[in-house]
Parts: sequence; C-alpha cells; structure tokens
Amino acid sequence: MHGEGRKGNLALFSNLWAEGLAASMATAPRVAIIGVGRTPARGRTGDLSYRELIYDAAVRAYADAGIAHTEVDVFVSCAEDMIEGTSICDEYTPDQLGAVMKPVHTITGDGILGLATGVMQIQSGVAEICAVEARSKASNVLTLPAIHQYALDPVWERHIDAHPLFLAGLEMQYLLSREGPTDRDCAEVVVNNRRHGLRNPWAPYGANLTLDEVLASPPVADPLKALEVAPYSDGAAVIVLASESRTAHTPHAPVWVRGTGWASDSPTVATRDWDTPRAAQLAARMALDESGVALDTLDVIEVDDTYAYKQLQHLDAVGLGSSHGAVNRSGGALSLGNLLEASGAYRVCELVDQLRGRAEGRQVLDARRGLALSWRGLPTTSYACCILEAA
Amino acid sequence: MSVKITNWPGTEVTLEQIQRGDITAIPYAPRAEYAWDTGVAIRKYLEALRDGYLLGVRCPRCDRTVIPPRAFCELCFSSAIEYVPLQDTGTVNTFSLCYVTWDVQWITEPLVPAVIEIDGASEGMGILHLLGEVDPQAVKTGLRVEAVWKTKRSRQGAITDIKYFRPVRGK
Amino acid sequence: MRDVAVIGAGMTKFVRRAQETPKELAFHAARMALDSCGLDIKDIDCVIHGTAPDAFDGMHMKGEYLLDGSGGFGKPYLRCYVGGGTGVFAPICAWYHLASGKFDTALVVCEEKMSSCQPHPQAAFISIFDHTTERPLLPNLLWIFALEQQRYMARYGLTVRDIAPVSVKNKRNALDHPCAQLGADLTVDDILASPLVAWPVHRLMVSPTSDGAAAVVMAAEPKAQRISDQPVWMQGVGWCLASSYWTNRDLYYPAYVEQAAWMAYKMAGVTEPRKQINIAEPYDPFAYKELHHLEGLQLAPKGKAPELLAQGVFNRDGDLPACPSGGLLGVGNPIAAAGMMKICELFWQMRGEAGKRQVPGTPERGVAQAWGDLMQVGTVTVMGTKKPHG
Repeated sequence: MHGEGRKGNLALFSNLWAEGLAASMATAPRVAIIGVGRTPARGRTGDLSYRELIYDAAVRAYADAGIAHTEVDVFVSCAEDMIEGTSICDEYTPDQLGAVMKPVHTITGDGILGLATGVMQIQSGVAEICAVEARSKASNVLTLPAIHQYALDPVWERHIDAHPLFLAGLEMQYLLSREGPTDRDCAEVVVNNRRHGLRNPWAPYGANLTLDEVLASPPVADPLKALEVAPYSDGAAVIVLASESRTAHTPHAPVWVRGTGWASDSPTVATRDWDTPRAAQLAARMALDESGVALDTLDVIEVDDTYAYKQLQHLDAVGLGSSHGAVNRSGGALSLGNLLEASGAYRVCELVDQLRGRAEGRQVLDARRGLALSWRGLPTTSYACCILEAA
Repeated sequence: MSVKITNWPGTEVTLEQIQRGDITAIPYAPRAEYAWDTGVAIRKYLEALRDGYLLGVRCPRCDRTVIPPRAFCELCFSSAIEYVPLQDTGTVNTFSLCYVTWDVQWITEPLVPAVIEIDGASEGMGILHLLGEVDPQAVKTGLRVEAVWKTKRSRQGAITDIKYFRPVRGK
Repeated sequence: MRDVAVIGAGMTKFVRRAQETPKELAFHAARMALDSCGLDIKDIDCVIHGTAPDAFDGMHMKGEYLLDGSGGFGKPYLRCYVGGGTGVFAPICAWYHLASGKFDTALVVCEEKMSSCQPHPQAAFISIFDHTTERPLLPNLLWIFALEQQRYMARYGLTVRDIAPVSVKNKRNALDHPCAQLGADLTVDDILASPLVAWPVHRLMVSPTSDGAAAVVMAAEPKAQRISDQPVWMQGVGWCLASSYWTNRDLYYPAYVEQAAWMAYKMAGVTEPRKQINIAEPYDPFAYKELHHLEGLQLAPKGKAPELLAQGVFNRDGDLPACPSGGLLGVGNPIAAAGMMKICELFWQMRGEAGKRQVPGTPERGVAQAWGDLMQVGTVTVMGTKKPHG
C-alpha cells in the first residue's frame, strides 16, 4: 500500500492547499445530498431522447429531494461534445432540468467532478441548492472507439490505428508484471461485481459467472479479456445538493458531503506514471484530508472498474486493500455498464442508497460512511473522489 | 496590455506555408457517426411531417402551445402536455439573406433562412426553415407564408419534408 | 464568501493561423500570467481551463489534451464550458473555487486554435444546431446572428448604418493592442462597402476566426493582497442560460444577459449600472452584438445603444468606454480566449497598465461580459479596485 516510493511520488506534486484549507473551510457551510434520481441503466434506451432521459432523472431527483424545480439555484451538466455529437452541447442542457433562465453551466468532466463543483458553488455563497446532471447515450454513438481514438495526441499517439483498448492492455500488462495482482485476481473482480449486480435493480449486466469463464473469455487487448471490459450502457442521473440551511425538512435525512478531491496526471501516454495512478491517489487524498475521516472508518466503497484490473489499482491508490469489504456493491461499471460521464454519478447514487439504508437486496449493514472514486476513462488520467456520510 | 510587457508570443503562419510543406501539419479526419434516438416527442413530430402536417404541444398549465414538440414543458416542468396539430402557414418573425453556405462557399443567389411563427401555436413560437419562391428584397418581418411540401411519396419524416415556405398567394 | 481578485494576466497574439500548437498557446498565456505576478506553477492550487468546441482544435476531450499546457499536471484541473460565454465564465468558475474556501490560488487559462479545422473553421458551426430539427437545413452560424440582428433592427427601426460604427470604433481601438489581428482605421462607408455575408451583416461587421490564448491568475484574500499590491477584485459574478428553443424566443433583446448582469450587479452592490460602471467590455462577435449586449447589461436603455454610440458615449474618451481593447472585432475571436482577453483588459485598465489604450480618468469598476450558444448564455463579471468586503 502506501510505501516510501509512493510518498516520494506524491511529493513531486507540491500542493500547498492542504495547509490553508482547514482554516478557510471552517467558515464554509456544510453541504449535503438531499435527493438523487436516476434511470435504470440499459444497453439501449431507444424510446427516449437524451432530453427525455434526463427529464426522467430530474423529476425523480427533485421528488426525492422534496423540492420543486424552481427551488434549484444553480445547475451543472457533465458532457462532452464528441459524445453528444453536437458542438457547444452545453446549449441543450437547461430545458430538461427545469433550469431555463437560471445559472447553468457544463463541465467536461464526470458526475463526481460535477458534484464537487456544485459543492463549491454552494460554499461560495452564490447558491443554496444545486442540481448536477450527467448522462450517457453511448448507444447513439456509432463510432465510439474512433471517438476515443480522437482523444489521443494527434502527433504522437493517434497514428496507432489499434482499438484504444490497447492502452488498457498496456496498463494491465504492466500491473501484472509487478509483484501485485494476478490474472486471477483481476478475473475475480468480474465474478464478484457481476454477482453483486444481480441484486442491483439499476444494473443491466448482473450475471453469475465462474472464474474459469472469465479467464477463458477472448482477449481484446491481451492480457485484458472481453469479460473484463464493462460494456457500454445508457442512463441519466441527477443529484441535488443543498446547503445545510436547506436540509431541515427534506423527505430523507441528508447525506453529508464530507470531502471532495480531483486531479489529473499527464494526458500524454508516454509521460504518465504507469506504476501508480497518481492522480487517483491525489484525488482520494484530497477528499480524505478535507473530510478528516480515517480510511478504516469507510463502510462502503465505490471505485471505478471500467476494466476489471482498474478496481484493484484504484483500491490501492485510495489506500485500501482488496480485502476491505463492501467494494462496489452496486456491481460496478461491470454490472451497471460504462455510463461514460454518468458512471461516477451512478456510484454516488449507490452510496446515497446505502447510507440511507435503502439499498434493497444489497444493503451493507450499518453503512455510515462511503467513498466514491471515478475515472474519466481512456485515454485520460483524470479522477474525482467524494466522501459521503449519513446524517 | 501591461506596459511592462514587450514580447507577445504567437507566430503567424500562412496557408501557403502549410501547403508548401514549410510548416508541418498532420491531417486527420475523425470518424464521428451518430444515430440519435428521437424519443417520444420528436418521433411524433417527424411522423407528422411524413404525414404532411406540423405538430406542436400545448401545456395546459402555462396555456402555451409550442413547436417543435417536447415531452414536457420546460417552464413549469409538467409532463401533462397535449399534442396539437398546427397549420402549415405562418408569419415571418425574422429572416436573413445569406450569401455564404455552411461550408463557406460564396453564392450569388442568397439562401433565405427565417424563423417562422406557426399558425395555431402561441405568439412568438416559431421554427427555423428556409423561404423559397420569393424575391429576397420583398421579405420582411410580418410576411405571411405557407409550407411547400415534398410529395407524399418523397416524404421521409424529416424537417426537409417541407421544401421551404413561400409567401401566401393572393395576399 | 471570501473576496477574490485577479492578480496577474497574460495573452498571446491573436492570429488567423498560429504556428504554435494548442498546448503551446495555452502555455505561453499561462506562463505570462504567472510571470506577471511573480508566481510559479507550484504556487497554484487549482487550474481552470476554458475552451469552446472540440471540433476546432480537432480533439475529443480537448480539455484533457490541453491540461499540461495549462499547468494542470498533478493538480485539480477542471474545464468549464458555456460555448462563447466560456471566456468570461472561466474566471467565474475560478471565483467559486476560491470563494468557497477550498483553494487559495487559481490559474485560469482559455485557449482556441480554430485554424486546425479544415477547410474552414466556420463549417464546424453546423454542428451546434439541433441534429434532427435544424441541421438537415444546412444552417450556418451567420444565419443565427443575421436573424437576430434583423429582429433587433426591425424592432427599433434601426439601419445598418446605425450599427456599423461599432466596427469602426473597435477596429480603431485595436490598433493600440499589441496582440490584435484586425486593427484598422476604417470609416462607416468602408464597413458598409464590405461584402454582404448574410443580410443585414457585412463582412467587416463579423469577427474573424482566430488562434490564441489568454490567462489570469486569481487569488483569495488574504493571499491576494500578500502577492499583489494592486489586485483587481471580482466584485460580482453572474451567469444565465436561456432555453435551447431559440426559435421560441424573441431575439430583439438578450434577457439572459440582463439576468446574468443583475446577478453580478447585486453581488457587487451596483444599483445604477449606467452610473456606477466606469468601463465595459461587452462581447462583440458581430457589430450589433455590442449594442445588444450593452442594453442587456443595463448600460443603455432598450433600443438606445446606437444613439449613445453615435454620441460618442462608448468611445475610449467617452462617458462609458466600451471595448477599449478593440474587442473581438479588432483583436480577434479565438472563442474562449476572446472573452478572457476582456478580463485581461479590465485588469490592465484598472491598474493603469493599458498603455495607449488606457481610458482617461481612473476607472474603478468595470464589467466584462461574454455570450454564447444559440443566442442563449450570458456570463458577466464586475471587477473593481475596491475590495468587496472592506
């Protein structure tokens, strides 16, 4: 876990924020999640447009929060042009959130980063209630691998005409060559997560698989195997955040945001750290330091598992052994599907269900604190993390 | 600019330099193809176009009839909307005479895009389309226009099932 | 709510086609901004990047690609996005990073390299329209501006001649901007003699496509005062997004700019904008837009901006200088960087550092505004020499 080598790596990133942070955060209001809404993740959602999908999630979220759409002060949308197939896609955000003529902005980031910006907006005093939206209509993108390839460096990387999954293959190869996880350990992630997924009504890909089945599945980018890759899915999620002053009369007890963190390593494939996802460490560390909670007091953990080996890498980056219980009870991306920028948002929704004691069929007993870590997917090294706590 | 700064970065180069190869450039054409689910409201809109009429929706709470249709009212956030067939005539809200195509080619006969408020919808509720069979100099805000449709066999369920709007005859 | 200030600024030249890569453009602006306040990247707690459509630079996840050039390596990095409004929104995003107390210093970088897009960057704008109800009509960006300008003119009985002086003013102002792409000494007749691109818009009333980057360093109190002896404070911020159903809205007036402006004015304690704002940098991608936006910003009564323009009110030596930088029409329009250029301009003007562009008197409070999307978003910042909370 945290050895001297990794501490040395972290020191490369001089980050002075932690020192002043404690003092300045003392006066900022506490922020809670008062409502969540999501659509069931599905491989295809052909009957609904992206607008209608998001509307569905928003209606659920506002009802869950016990508010009218008019009570939301600011809105954040999480989206990328090339995924939507529309330039300046931020144009098409307000209507389906009930946000017309309100302060709305988009980030090209995932749902957990969206949550972090909502928290900052509330803590800045400019808003009391914020709604964060993220969605995936992966099924509508006919050339997803080509779009992912379009994110590679145009001079140094794009000329490799292989499926961008080769990057995951490279990383897994490196991971397995170290004294760490084995091929079987990675395959076991698939077995566990997809079994958990069977009990998650929001997840489309729950399954009972055996270790041998996973190990025998065809290689897509050796050593990465087909069953170790989360298939894409569609879905929309909306999270409602509120300042402490607005949490008194909500239908559900508030789920406090104790800490948030995010960071990026090098975007260039050749110059990033292949040994450790440093940015994941930084993001988690930032959230943990802000929250002041100890790792061993976390009851539920949701970390990105877009590729099975990533789960192990991410648990390590956060500082948790794989022996820690209650990891990816949602079934992870392997069961929910790769929801693109909405992946992190669905993991937050899972934490909220768990911390409210409403994760039917998969409830972690006495869940009081949770951590969610998201990764923006290939070819990025961008991570966001949040720590939530039951009231 | 700060008066203290004297050196401004940024080197201008010309297209000719790139075409001659003096400046290295790497061409790339992305493959970006999509099949967007139309969803409930726009599917109905497209089906109506195929059947030769314009469809709007009415929000009873806001008492607003709008086009293009949407599955919910974006103002009151209600989904209790009603689909309302509208007329295929309207009034020009605003227009332009455009001498450049979307891919930056100059043309001598202008395209005439317009926002056309559709009869049957609430005031100010328009759609984007083109005007045709019209003297560009005669176009003005307030001009009454009617849709010119493709033949039933050619219609596919697209906004282009209407070829253009032209001034209403005899007015 | 902590007070937040701009303490450093930098920008590259704006040109039609730059040799520098997008990362290099971002780096140059960022480096300059840091140098201008004597800071290094290690002193920066978080990085905010603003850039407009990925289609121009030719990348998916353009923000990720630009992060190392923007100083985001190993840091909390975020790209915010509101179309053309991004250049003024990015500092707003940084404002809430800092006002929340989570960070003390921020580097805000805006970049655009539109020339990468072939055969012409303007062609990429077809993809901003609704993919099903509008794109099949093969619309182009000029349509939407021309439609709006015509509506504005029809509403108030204005002519193109009433609007053309904006181009004259801004291009002339830009002659004094070292980074300007289109500084020129022209007359109204020159403007009107330029080819008609889309009636009522003439070519010299349209800002160009450009490559460029601009950046600022921002800090929260008390660090802002420790680092800089002349911080320019973010007194108010506002942003507002109208419905995407733009054909259901009356385009004669940008209500979304007014809403954003009042949000910022309220925060800044401004009750009479026309009296209390000394200098303005409204967004001017097209000549009429400056007037449209000045009205939305409450700096001119509805329909009266052309009159005030004719009276010289908005000249550099006028009562309320507007676009003393030269604006997008004069300096250039690398979309997000152009909005940031306006932030830099206010910063330099209020510190008396704008050289030949310096407006007379000592402006104490100014407003910068950007616009974007389908005639939809207003982003507004009120900046001033006085610290908001004593």
